[in-house]
Amino acid sequence: MSEGQELVHVRVRVNGQPYEADVEPRTLLIDMLRDNLGITGPHIGCDTGHCGACTVILNGRSVKSCMVLAVQADGSEILTVEGLEKDGQLHPLQEAFWENHALQCGYCTPGQLMSAYFLLGRNPNPSEDEIRKAIEGNLCRCTGYVNIVKAIKAAALKMSSPRAG
Amino acid sequence: MSKASPELISLYTQDSAALTLKWLGKPLKPKEDHRLVRGRGAFVDDVQLPRMAYAAFLRSPYGHARIKGMDISRAKSMPGVLLVWTGDDIKKRMRPLPQATPPPARNAIDYPLAVDKVRFQGEPVAMVVAESRYLAEDAANQIDVDYEPLPAVMDAEKALEPGSPLVHEEVGSNMIAHVHYKWGDVDYYFQHADMVVDAKFHYHRFTGAPIEPNAVVADYDERLDVMTVYCNNQAPMEWLPQLSAGLNMPYPKLRVVTRDIGGAFGTKLINYVYMVLASLASKELRRPVKYVETRTENLQAAAHNAERTCYVSAAVQRDGTVLAIRMKCIDDDGAYSRHEPAGMTVWAQVSTGLYRIKALENDFYAVFTNKCPSTSIRGFSRAPHLFMIERIMDRIARKLGVDPAEIRMRNLVRPEDMPYMTPSGGLYDSGNWPDGLKKALEAADYQGWRRKQEELRRQGRYVGIGVVVGSDSAGPNMAQVKMYNPGLPYTSGTEGALVQMTPDGKVRVTLGTSPQGMGHETTAAQVVADVLDVDYDDIYVQTGFDSFTSIYTMHSGTYGSRFAPLGLSAVYLAAARLKAKLAKIAAYMLRCNELDVVLDGGKAFCRTDPQRAVDFKRIARVAYGNVNEMPPGMEPGLYSIAIFRPPFQNPDENRRANLALTYSYNVHVVVVEVDPETGMPRILNYVALEDSGRIVNPLVVDGQVHGAIAHGIAEALYEKYNYDENGNLLNSNFVDYLVPTALEIPPLSVVHTETPSPFTPTGAKGMGEGGGTAVQAVISAIEDALSPLGAELVDSHADPETILRILKGSSR
Repeated sequence: MSEGQELVHVRVRVNGQPYEADVEPRTLLIDMLRDNLGITGPHIGCDTGHCGACTVILNGRSVKSCMVLAVQADGSEILTVEGLEKDGQLHPLQEAFWENHALQCGYCTPGQLMSAYFLLGRNPNPSEDEIRKAIEGNLCRCTGYVNIVKAIKAAALKMSSPRAG
Repeated sequence: MSKASPELISLYTQDSAALTLKWLGKPLKPKEDHRLVRGRGAFVDDVQLPRMAYAAFLRSPYGHARIKGMDISRAKSMPGVLLVWTGDDIKKRMRPLPQATPPPARNAIDYPLAVDKVRFQGEPVAMVVAESRYLAEDAANQIDVDYEPLPAVMDAEKALEPGSPLVHEEVGSNMIAHVHYKWGDVDYYFQHADMVVDAKFHYHRFTGAPIEPNAVVADYDERLDVMTVYCNNQAPMEWLPQLSAGLNMPYPKLRVVTRDIGGAFGTKLINYVYMVLASLASKELRRPVKYVETRTENLQAAAHNAERTCYVSAAVQRDGTVLAIRMKCIDDDGAYSRHEPAGMTVWAQVSTGLYRIKALENDFYAVFTNKCPSTSIRGFSRAPHLFMIERIMDRIARKLGVDPAEIRMRNLVRPEDMPYMTPSGGLYDSGNWPDGLKKALEAADYQGWRRKQEELRRQGRYVGIGVVVGSDSAGPNMAQVKMYNPGLPYTSGTEGALVQMTPDGKVRVTLGTSPQGMGHETTAAQVVADVLDVDYDDIYVQTGFDSFTSIYTMHSGTYGSRFAPLGLSAVYLAAARLKAKLAKIAAYMLRCNELDVVLDGGKAFCRTDPQRAVDFKRIARVAYGNVNEMPPGMEPGLYSIAIFRPPFQNPDENRRANLALTYSYNVHVVVVEVDPETGMPRILNYVALEDSGRIVNPLVVDGQVHGAIAHGIAEALYEKYNYDENGNLLNSNFVDYLVPTALEIPPLSVVHTETPSPFTPTGAKGMGEGGGTAVQAVISAIEDALSPLGAELVDSHADPETILRILKGSSR
């Protein structure tokens, strides 16, 4: 029972912008992002931390935002899919997902992109096995992962080439 | 059975004169993807409305129980709770959901909230609406229900035995429907065949598990007296009668909207129960009401496929020719008939597969049990039918000592017999199937793998190869429901589209469909671009469906692989009519003979004097504004509406009919190795050949093939619902229900042949469900791997336990 529980004031920076909200202590980070802050790129696909549709980058680490309480994220820096684009330019991962049709319904895509982003940040030239392991926590029902793996490879190649900006 | 008559072929053949073939077939970047890679999809859960309230459900923990009493007082008195309804409250507000079943199954009473009795675990028994989702769920847990557990009906065959407990007392038995058809002289062939091969098979229970669960926002606007329902239903027009009856509101006051849908795979056809409940609550509260399923609710109670037990017999000649097939199948449809028993008969006509089989007998039963209601999961109906025929082909091959690829080659429909009519009246439209099989075997290095297999077997390794053919019979003729209930007034299979050139010379398109990632915005734009020869980027296709702006029929929606054969045909027709009007206006403006007008690259010119030209933007301005410059008497505006109607007919007195417009073809060749320690099969090579007619966009087509294979592999190896004898579902979350990750799905190789369908104007065929071919292929390969042990697999699912039992010799 949570009735009468005091609301907690939470401050975060999401995609470089400051946000604040008053939330119940039990509020999940994904619910605060979507319902309080209106950031609806990350999606909810399960209740058990398995599907990965809610994946965001929290203080530099990829997390499933349904497994984190909003109060735990107080004071943190969060990157969601909406923050990948810079000055109206798609991130190379977004470009590669589009070019390779690495999505169909698009519901898992924000999570796939954030896991891929986290991977390429630590490992700019991943092997196919490393890519598959990196997105193991992100379920996709449409693509059989074929084009997702292809797109992440293509983005890695593009980002590590000297012309990448 | 034989080549179709010239009259029938000419009735079905479509004109495709308006195609330029400049835009079809190109891998254009999908229009939808641009918003989706930026996290700007428009899904139901993204809808936020002022004063929105949230619904949650209390669900039955029992598979079968009587509701003796309920206490909602604590829930009702909780702060922030706006409404608590039980079955009795719903009963007062609406009639039971209409039943499509024949009598006496039609007597079953189906309400969206359980009344008096619960019939499957997870069935909603009470609905709470509160200020937040958290509060609604808290309150639902404060409702007390006094249940009297009843014996659960869990086995479809036992359910038909006298004395079985009844799921619906009003029906008097657990039978939903029984049909028995004979096409051709089945008895003769069975008497005279060289041999008869018999087998029992079982097609297991699973689901589509889209990552987006069912969701709805109902918003009743008191001022306009309009109910807007944002939903992720695949075919909202199919269920508008239910909604209209439930709300007692006429269709023009019901606005049903779909936008982006996060996958469906057939599971989102029967979520109309939530659409009705949320709408009733919104009307009651005069506030928008949102409901989004949890994953457990989705896996437990949304929609499963019908499970099937099947007894198959084949009359076979010594040379491998299959003459006739007999099938007796029992479908376990679950607790309510919300979509089924359609799958029992819908595509029963592909129960002879892709073969020249002369006669067929179907003896089909559909049964109520205390399991989740079933619906049309990807591959619907054809997948279990094709499972039976493909598995019996493997048994025949083994009995005759013939290679499984060869037995198929000997029986496949030949190209010279196309369009081909099956014993039950199915009209296979086109394709060179033996050639496709040959190409697939080459692409997979089949002979090479067979040699390797021999070598590896000598080393004691369990390597197997599956070769399976299949089809997406696509673009359904809804008269198929008459196969089990002749009285149903629901026939044909149509789709609508609007193609409008707006006054700025751009093109606006609306569709009757509700896609879930199939790229309809992309392929519709390609067809329009191709017909009008305008730039792809100048075509704007409305996302999803809106009953206030989209052109629809009661068949409209996205199911049954119907967009390419029906939806794109409507788009083609609308674009072709618009093209004709543009040419007429241009002729008048250019003072050119209409026959000499050429439309090219967004402008019209006169063939005899190409200097005389006018761009579409100017034509559009004339058509909407500068109307005195239009041909006298011509109606202004550039709206073009089309509804495509295939020449479908009802089943005749012998139940013969063509029940789909196109029949795509696929061949899967898969190599597996079974690990004798763990019983786990590993896929070493996967090649799929697809012929789905003219390819509109190869990115979209390949994506669909990949997805269908991934689902098939998952069903064969990972995904299987397990109920215990009391009706408890043992795997209803992603921990226990094993959706494969990127580590489980191997690299897939897709090759194509491209035989345009003569029966659609674009030549495209429906595809994407895959016809269950991947399930058949994987199971076939595992059986082949275990064949040195003499193993025969009965089920469509082979988990490590089953395989280990075989390896340890305890299976027989």
